[in-house]
Amino acid sequence: MQVDKATVRRIARLARIKITDEEAQGLEKELSGILDWVKQLDEVDTSSVEPMTRVVGQALPMRDDVVTDGEIAEAVTRNAPKSEDGFFVVPKVVE
Amino acid sequence: MTDLTKLTLSQARDGLAKKSFSATELTNAFIDRIEKANAAINAYVLPTPEHARAQAAESDKRLKAGNARPLEGLPLGNKDLFCTNGIRTTACSKILDDFKPPYESTVGQNLWDAGAVMLGKLNNDEFAMGSSNETSAFGNVVSPWRRKGKDGKRSTDKLVPGGSSGGSSAAVASDLCLAATATDTGGSIRQPAALTGTVGIKPTYGRCSRWGIVAFASSLDQAGPIAKTVRDSAIMLKAMASHDLKDSTSVEAPVPDYEAVLSKGVKGLRVGVPKEYRVDGMSKEIGKLWDDGIAWLKAAGATIHEISLPHTKYALPAYYIVAPAECSSNLARYDGMRYGLRIEGDNLIDTYEKTRAAGFGKEVRRRILIGTYVLSAGYYDAYYLKAQKVRTLIKRDFDEAWNKVDVVLTPTTPSPAFALGEKSGDPLAMYLEDIFTVTVNMAGLPGMSVPAGLSSEGTPLGLQLIGKPFDEETLFRTAQVIEDAAGRFAAPDEWWMKG
Repeated sequence: MQVDKATVRRIARLARIKITDEEAQGLEKELSGILDWVKQLDEVDTSSVEPMTRVVGQALPMRDDVVTDGEIAEAVTRNAPKSEDGFFVVPKVVE
Repeated sequence: MTDLTKLTLSQARDGLAKKSFSATELTNAFIDRIEKANAAINAYVLPTPEHARAQAAESDKRLKAGNARPLEGLPLGNKDLFCTNGIRTTACSKILDDFKPPYESTVGQNLWDAGAVMLGKLNNDEFAMGSSNETSAFGNVVSPWRRKGKDGKRSTDKLVPGGSSGGSSAAVASDLCLAATATDTGGSIRQPAALTGTVGIKPTYGRCSRWGIVAFASSLDQAGPIAKTVRDSAIMLKAMASHDLKDSTSVEAPVPDYEAVLSKGVKGLRVGVPKEYRVDGMSKEIGKLWDDGIAWLKAAGATIHEISLPHTKYALPAYYIVAPAECSSNLARYDGMRYGLRIEGDNLIDTYEKTRAAGFGKEVRRRILIGTYVLSAGYYDAYYLKAQKVRTLIKRDFDEAWNKVDVVLTPTTPSPAFALGEKSGDPLAMYLEDIFTVTVNMAGLPGMSVPAGLSSEGTPLGLQLIGKPFDEETLFRTAQVIEDAAGRFAAPDEWWMKG
């Protein structure tokens, strides 16, 4: 199996990571190597096996639908690269 | 006065109780030592001496008033993956920049509520992705251990402390804290413990709350301690573990007094030895270490049983689908909008792409891309679903083994500590470091590494114990038997104190 340059570019776009041509070339080889190696899982017959969804057999707990936290806009936005009046300031999305 | 930094956690606890020294004296001894040694070891990415002194002063008041808590005045290191209220937390990634969480991790809070003192934040592989601490944005951690050459002299080559909890293992092994927090997604507590002659336990998934710990792979991540002795690790885990409403995967079960079971011994205990762990090319010294462990447990009254865990060889490839998939999903949150680094681009997508390219290191980018690939349209069934099915089979192997045995004994790592740079150019070679440890995360079981001997190079080797879900007690009492037989191992020479 071979990950080509176009696939690397497509994946990097999906992952929102800018990559240079040089990096794309290196990644082609690295990703192909790793994906070839994990392909050994095809040897395992899993036709009648359920996928694991959680390791501990317990149901998700339920709680009352009440507010347990909040009114801390200052704390929430304190680490933002840009914020104003308790709001995050983000790049313009709609033209 | 004796060097307080040489004490174990339990000895320090006893010394404080007897008023042989104060929490402030103990804390200052560590602060001085960190000042001298951290440049050489690079275990701490952020020492917090003032914070530590303030906590120690409070501890001294309580000790004086006779209302000491279980860890009162005991100085610890805290892996930089644990969020600390108002104190910079980076997961050793540039993308978190100067992030100061407005909250404390539950595990951390449990420790401070028990009276422990935080000396600072410890180095780790970026987002806990690595087995050598070479992917940290703050640079490598250097192991206090050095190889012995053929002439019997210690070489000055720098060895890795293991990873991802390399700051934790190196700090404990070089007496820069009494014990440390750590996390383990595929071996990140046990492998560094093994490579530095320290004790590390990854408890059962759900035993410790993951709340406030920077996420890597949420179905595998679990917190635990690295400590100098089995007893110290038992004291630490008891304090760290809790049921937490803020983590719906944390389990509502009482946390036993692990220290109380240490003297129980292993008489009549059934110990499993999985034949699949005798991998091709296993070195003689690892084989001998394993045999020693078997002999010690047998001599202490345990019975030894060969078992089969047939899907062992598929655990690592399945892990390298599941972990990157969950990592790509978890790390999607680092978009430069709400916290951390932002590199302005021409438009929103360009800003995202530039921020993430600049903020994530090479290994993290690689794993995000693999994860994105295996989760992308048309590949989900072939990779992620397949891996989750294999995971069911890995767990089933263990479920069957528990019919015959109570605990499983294996080596922790396939080889002793390697030199900086020795494996960092080859991702697959690095991934193989976790060959004996990942199965435990895949099955959600508790696993523990305990020092058991030295390699021909004079560096530490560890044995791993694997237990039934929520049966950490059996791990602790079995580990105590190994520690009693093997002794403890301290890095010789203290070169890191010589400037």
